[in-house]
Amino acid sequence: MRNREELTKKAQGAINKSAVLGPDIHLEDFDKSDVPHQYLSDKELLSIPKAEQERLIMSGLDLTEKERGGTFFQKDNKVVHCKTKQDGIEVIPIRQALEKYDWIEDYYWKLASVDTDKYTATAELNLQDGYVIRALPGTKSIYPIQACLYIDKDGLQQIVHNIIIAEEDSELHIITGCATSPHLKKGVHIGISEFFIKKNAKVSFTMIHNWAEDMLVRPRSVAQVEEGGLFLNNYICMKPVKSLQMYPTTHLVGDNSVARFYSIIVGAPDSEYDIGGRVFLKKPGTRAEIIARTITNGGNIIARGHLIGEVPGVKAHLECKGLILKGGKIHAIPELEGHAEGVEMSHEAAVGKIAQEEILYLMSRGLTEDEAVSTIIQGFLNLDIPDLPPQLKAEIDKAIEASDKDAM
Amino acid sequence: MLQIEDLQVELEGNVILKHIDLEIKPGETHVLFGPNGSGKTSLLMTIMGYPQYKVIGGKMYFKGEEITNMPINERARLGIGMSYQRPPTINGLKTRQMVNICSGKEVDVEQLAERVDFLNFLGRDVNAGFSGGEIKRSELLQLMAQNADLMLFDEPESGVDLENITLVGNSIAELLEKQIHPENHKPVIKQKQARTKMGLIITHTGYILDYVTADKGQVLYDGVLSCTTNPREILECIGHMGYKECVRCVIGKN
Repeated sequence: MRNREELTKKAQGAINKSAVLGPDIHLEDFDKSDVPHQYLSDKELLSIPKAEQERLIMSGLDLTEKERGGTFFQKDNKVVHCKTKQDGIEVIPIRQALEKYDWIEDYYWKLASVDTDKYTATAELNLQDGYVIRALPGTKSIYPIQACLYIDKDGLQQIVHNIIIAEEDSELHIITGCATSPHLKKGVHIGISEFFIKKNAKVSFTMIHNWAEDMLVRPRSVAQVEEGGLFLNNYICMKPVKSLQMYPTTHLVGDNSVARFYSIIVGAPDSEYDIGGRVFLKKPGTRAEIIARTITNGGNIIARGHLIGEVPGVKAHLECKGLILKGGKIHAIPELEGHAEGVEMSHEAAVGKIAQEEILYLMSRGLTEDEAVSTIIQGFLNLDIPDLPPQLKAEIDKAIEASDKDAM
Repeated sequence: MLQIEDLQVELEGNVILKHIDLEIKPGETHVLFGPNGSGKTSLLMTIMGYPQYKVIGGKMYFKGEEITNMPINERARLGIGMSYQRPPTINGLKTRQMVNICSGKEVDVEQLAERVDFLNFLGRDVNAGFSGGEIKRSELLQLMAQNADLMLFDEPESGVDLENITLVGNSIAELLEKQIHPENHKPVIKQKQARTKMGLIITHTGYILDYVTADKGQVLYDGVLSCTTNPREILECIGHMGYKECVRCVIGKN
């Protein structure tokens, strides 16, 4: 990219700007110096220490890459593995893309604003790396592409920028895991993501977070969906984190485009989650769905959702269900905004506990009380997500099952 | 064998079952009649072990073990199963998984489901949006998987349409080993003697008697078990004179 001066100037102006939501983070308390990591060959990828492998696998990373169409793996601030296995699908470190390709200018900071808050600002001023994943016109991903952002060094701030482009008539499935090494205690992750879903393209983006207890996490993401396009966004976070705040926004700018957001959050004690989804329905025939299942075992969860219907003939639904199991708080904030006659929008929110009647029903079929509770929880978290490739469905099921063992 | 001796039960501070004595021998099926609110469902729930039904007197035994204070899941393990009238929906739990839960192991779910025409529902959440007849078939499927020895049926024919009543009736007869199999080489008398399954069926209409030969009928009136006799006779009596005749029996008994 030729000229980033203007972006730099804007970023400098916002570098001390606190975010609207979430506790303020003192970024200066965290290290952002270069951490040397060697690039890993396919073989070396398989010889990562076992404890580390487990963390990666839990976030959906398949080190054998058998059922994956490509891999992006960043450790701290270095890309340690990056490749694509399918023609027509590109996986490129963003720094490389910025140096080499002019087309990146059409995407970089085109949806997210660099001066939104101090986190977007620092992402421009102190960019470490990140990925660009692009499906060329008509290409359909056979296996999902996997992207992993891993933090190894204690006290580090990881700052990335990702761009996902699905060209016309293409189909792209991405599984992305964020994880920290087993010994890591504290750190910051800032991630900018911009999604461009062009005419009749389809993107599924499944994100599994496995953070550490003292991690501060501030993703900032914006998507744009053109005519007939589909954006399916799944988010799973079942591990402790100190504070996680994100409010991804999607703009449905083409007729009949669709956005669907599914999130599953299990809130651990002393963890704070402020999570939501916002969809602007700007063209006739657009549809949106935001569905969240939250459970708290002592964590503090704010589940937001905001649907904005700007023209007639749009349809949108918001659903937020929460269970409080062992203390903690769930604050559901569903918002609907209709700006025209003929919008159809609805929401359903519920916060409660597991019904005793359901537990006893299962016990009368032979389950112990604990087994019955865990069965009901698994069911509660079991979202039937349409259009999701089986490998990704399996990853989500695995994450839910794993969390059942320790979190509940 | 199920043995209930002088059972008294309280629900939310009210005594709802009074001095109940009941014995169901292996191979026997009893039918329980009684007007609305007489305590029929409460009796079933107490036998199953629902904790809100507080036993304040008397004892219950099953297969020689005292079950009066036994947790609900242990009673299920011991062989007590129940077909509910209005079971709760469990979101996200597939009927297929539920059938496996009931059997306690992996079973041929398809084969069982076929018997109650329920193949198309295995992928649906348990009881989610099921019609009256679908709930009954789902409950029967679960009981089949559980292979219980004492089966408690709470109004198995209510809400079932005419087409399904035969299926439901015959399935219950099958579960309770009440069907005679002419193709079986054993003499019928031997088949009857080999029966071990026990049943207790609540019915309002008595339709179920067209399919299941019950050994005894019981009338529960205002928490009191007031008569034990041939179920057809009871049905006919209630049909002619209504439950008010039972009041006289209750008074006569005390």
